[in-house]
Amino acid sequence: MPKAEEYKNLPFELKEVTITGNEEISPGVHLVSWKRTHDFYPGQVVKIAADLAMAPRIYSICSGNEESEIRVLFNVKEDGLLTPWLAGVIPGMKIWATKPYGSFKDDKKPAWWIATGTGIAPFYSMFRSGISENKTLIHGVRHLNQFYFEDELEWALGDRYVRCCSHEQSCNVFPGRITKYLEEIKELPTDINYYLCGKAIMVVEVRDLLIARGVPYQNILAEIYF
Amino acid sequence: MKDSLFGKTLNELTALAIELGLPKFTGKQMAEWLYQKDISSIEEMTNLSKKSRELLSSKYEFGLVNSTKVQESVDGTKKYLFPTVQGKFVETAMIPDEDRKTVCVSSQVGCKMGCLFCMTGKQGFQGQLTAGEIVNQIRNIPEWHDVTNIVYMGMGEPFDNLEEVLKSLEILTSEWGFAMSPRRITVSTIGIVPGMVTFLNQSEAHLAVSMHTPFDDERQKLMPVQVAYPLEEVIREIKSWDFGRQRRISFEYIVFKGLNDSPRHVQELCKILNGIKCRINLIRFHPIPGTPLMGTDENTLQKFKDQLNDKGILTTIRASRGQDIYAACGLLSTKELLANQ
Repeated sequence: MPKAEEYKNLPFELKEVTITGNEEISPGVHLVSWKRTHDFYPGQVVKIAADLAMAPRIYSICSGNEESEIRVLFNVKEDGLLTPWLAGVIPGMKIWATKPYGSFKDDKKPAWWIATGTGIAPFYSMFRSGISENKTLIHGVRHLNQFYFEDELEWALGDRYVRCCSHEQSCNVFPGRITKYLEEIKELPTDINYYLCGKAIMVVEVRDLLIARGVPYQNILAEIYF
Repeated sequence: MKDSLFGKTLNELTALAIELGLPKFTGKQMAEWLYQKDISSIEEMTNLSKKSRELLSSKYEFGLVNSTKVQESVDGTKKYLFPTVQGKFVETAMIPDEDRKTVCVSSQVGCKMGCLFCMTGKQGFQGQLTAGEIVNQIRNIPEWHDVTNIVYMGMGEPFDNLEEVLKSLEILTSEWGFAMSPRRITVSTIGIVPGMVTFLNQSEAHLAVSMHTPFDDERQKLMPVQVAYPLEEVIREIKSWDFGRQRRISFEYIVFKGLNDSPRHVQELCKILNGIKCRINLIRFHPIPGTPLMGTDENTLQKFKDQLNDKGILTTIRASRGQDIYAACGLLSTKELLANQ
């Protein structure tokens, strides 16, 4: 694996930061935070490494751009190099992180935000940064306990917060995948922007569906977790 | 299921020989049988004792996998379909051209990158290929003795399967392996920077980068990877490397009608590639089902090429091959995947 030192001359330089919090918000899903030292656009990402011997991984920021902390949301992958360790960090411990970067940015125009799983992170950051007006958030998960930040989003967005769950059912939750939900909508708006975030297969399927329903591809921006 | 010998490096073969109580040099003997000779079973490794072969066969299999389908184009291009351990399929193309035979190998089953113009991406990610499954795509086609060039431009993103890709390169370029010159091998990436850095450090093979537009806002609509690894970062990294006289860096550029074929694009390409001794390969786009994109016309393509050459960037147009056999990567395996589902 490449050494993190190889990045030392880049603007994406890794710097040591001190952990301020680590909360398990759902089984195997953590929010880890450290003090914010740079401005950022909601939707941007940071690279993180446990030490300088490992290649950094990329995570979307999951906090508002006026908050004092940077937070990232992640699933613990049992065979992962970083997340099992990151899940165990405690306040005061050090990790390596870059300053925020990336071009997954929204503005004040009407848009639909579509996410699966922890792909909610950039949209939660946008929401916390105060740009949720005119936005519809569609979140797809397998299990009901994966609707992270559900109470806050439901209270703030109301009908503009759509939950889709493929493996369990509950009231106010669409039973099925996001693609099924979109297929059942008779007319999708074609003059707004669509932001997609999650695994490749969701992004590809939703993008194809939107294009087939008349949405120009230029109106679709995707971030894939890989 | 027995582990495969095929796909193991000399170090791994030597280690397993020692573990089985065989002489250390058995590792080298096995490597020569696996990668240099026309055999397909452990039993045929005749300079190993019968007892050694029996011991090896009790724990391992040779590991070659035959293709299940072959299509041949009128231009001589062949497309092979290989099954994987996970019950999926990968595609390999063999492209003859005068005295060259180039093999285009896959490095993953499906792909995670989700590029708008790519058929493989529509399968989603199905799994990683092992080094053995990558090298098998070369060793197990009838033309394997005549292969002159290898390109990692089939299904998948090579640097998202870095360890197995590097292992496959070691097997292909080592004296104990296929003993190919790394200058006959090109690995193509979408721009996964950490993997690219490791590859540049550990391999001598050529590098190709899928660019397709020099503009950030256009590229992120075509290639979601732009959000995580911006082209600017990829270019900056490449500029920091000395590629020497022998090693080649090229940029792949599919030319889309009205999207990335304007003089503005020529200008920006010149600007961002300034200082890099490189080549641009222009590629005709062959539409895939449901795509909103169209290939540019021949006149515009030629003009685009001429403008870049006039500005001092060596630019070529890649010949389209095997169009009659779904040669665009991902079409054949997607059809097979759907048929099996």
